[in-house]
Amino acid sequence: MTELDSGFTLARQLLLAGDARLWNIVLLSLRVSLTATVLACLIGMPLGALLAVGRFPGRRVLVVLFNAMMGLPPVVVGLLVYLLLSRAGPLGAFGLLFTPTAMILAQMVLITPIVAALTRQVIADAWQEMHELLHSLGASRLRAAATLLWDTRFSLSTAALAGFGRAIAEVGAVMIVGGNIDGVTRVMTTTIALETSKGDLPLALTLGLILIVLVLAINGVIFAVRGWSERRWG
Amino acid sequence: MMTKASSLTQTWRRLLGACCLALCAVGAWPAQADERFITVASTTSTEQSGLFAHLLPVFEQASGIKVRVVALGTGQALDLARRGDADVVFVHDKAAEEKFVAEGFGVQRFEVMYNDFVLIGPRNDPAQVAGHDILEGLRRIASADISPRPPFVSRGDRSGTHMAELRYWKAAGVDLDQAKGAWYRDTGSGMGPALNTAAAMNAYILADRGTWLNFRNRGDLRILVEGDTRLFNQYGVMLVNPAKHPHVKKDDGQKFIDWLLSPVGQQTITAYKINGEQLFFPNARR
Repeated sequence: MTELDSGFTLARQLLLAGDARLWNIVLLSLRVSLTATVLACLIGMPLGALLAVGRFPGRRVLVVLFNAMMGLPPVVVGLLVYLLLSRAGPLGAFGLLFTPTAMILAQMVLITPIVAALTRQVIADAWQEMHELLHSLGASRLRAAATLLWDTRFSLSTAALAGFGRAIAEVGAVMIVGGNIDGVTRVMTTTIALETSKGDLPLALTLGLILIVLVLAINGVIFAVRGWSERRWG
Repeated sequence: MMTKASSLTQTWRRLLGACCLALCAVGAWPAQADERFITVASTTSTEQSGLFAHLLPVFEQASGIKVRVVALGTGQALDLARRGDADVVFVHDKAAEEKFVAEGFGVQRFEVMYNDFVLIGPRNDPAQVAGHDILEGLRRIASADISPRPPFVSRGDRSGTHMAELRYWKAAGVDLDQAKGAWYRDTGSGMGPALNTAAAMNAYILADRGTWLNFRNRGDLRILVEGDTRLFNQYGVMLVNPAKHPHVKKDDGQKFIDWLLSPVGQQTITAYKINGEQLFFPNARR
């Protein structure tokens, strides 16, 4: 317990001192994971909605596939994206390896299935309730998907948060495609892994606490915004 | 019809609006400044011992070239460079480095500095290995006839330290394949994680001195064997061959190598100390 206590004390000191390197790491973590989440939502949500209301061959297979891909190991995603972006790989010419862009890409690949699968569930439930109404209005399936996406936007925030949570917490993928380069691609989780490697457990624990507080804060903000806008526009 | 059509447009417009807003939010993040940099694939020992944090600012100040270090095991670092994902490799496994150059992936190998390995183990030293002979120490660990058998933690990750460990076992006349038992723990991890494991199990382990000196979570471990000349650990630096990988930043990469080998670079290496103890000893031949 003394380690936990000293962790809390150190966390307070570091944050209050406004340690510039620490803040850069925190900001990069947020930048990478938030961007990945936004991109994953842009792809995953329409995809999930189409899977929920669409009727096409192979739909069930796709549904199972996306549900299964929620369990993709980050380190495997990292390896795949690494091979893709490596100079010897198909996208090597762009020189994206070991950049934040590569990390965003890896996290996006990791969490798009999560966002798509959760969106599909939300939309499928709403579709069951509303499809007669939408049919009677003569809405096409494409249009129904769009309507349902808009109608369930508050519930869908949970899908986005689940994706974000996975992205900001993972270390395997960003370690491989980012390379944990000091000041360029070092994020919270890779710093924690590095400090653990150095045997500096109190500092690693401290960074872990900061990460947890950060995720809590973001969830709190989204919860508040959601409540407020539901009252305002719901 | 009209209302249907307009509500459809409205819904899509809303969704589109939300997307645009999201895109703007993403686009508003500060873009990465274009800076002059090279990528160096190196080992965990140089990074985690703090050498790079000491060395690189001096070079960056002098040259205006930023050095981005990706720290891996030697085997992994060389593989990364084979794929063309680094401009310079700075590692410690002479045999593997010479192979790398012979295969045409590296231009030329330069020796930069050495440090040394140390055999670390439990304070009470149950296998009685303490001394200055690494081979005798390993033999005693392999043949320790006590219960419980004191464990030995191996990196097991094809790193320079792991390859050196395998060479020492061989030189000591221990056939690992036969002698291996529950006492030999192959962890497949970096130097730091392996030390964490060793500290938790109170095990013997071969480590580089730099990482050990910088390592905080020592538990009940201490240095038992040191000072054997066979424990010297030579570091080499190589430019990745631009003939194989045309995008390699050969001018800036070569500048970094030249600086490391220059009197200033070599003195900077000498000056790096932890608690007054020098970690790396420059020995460039020019």
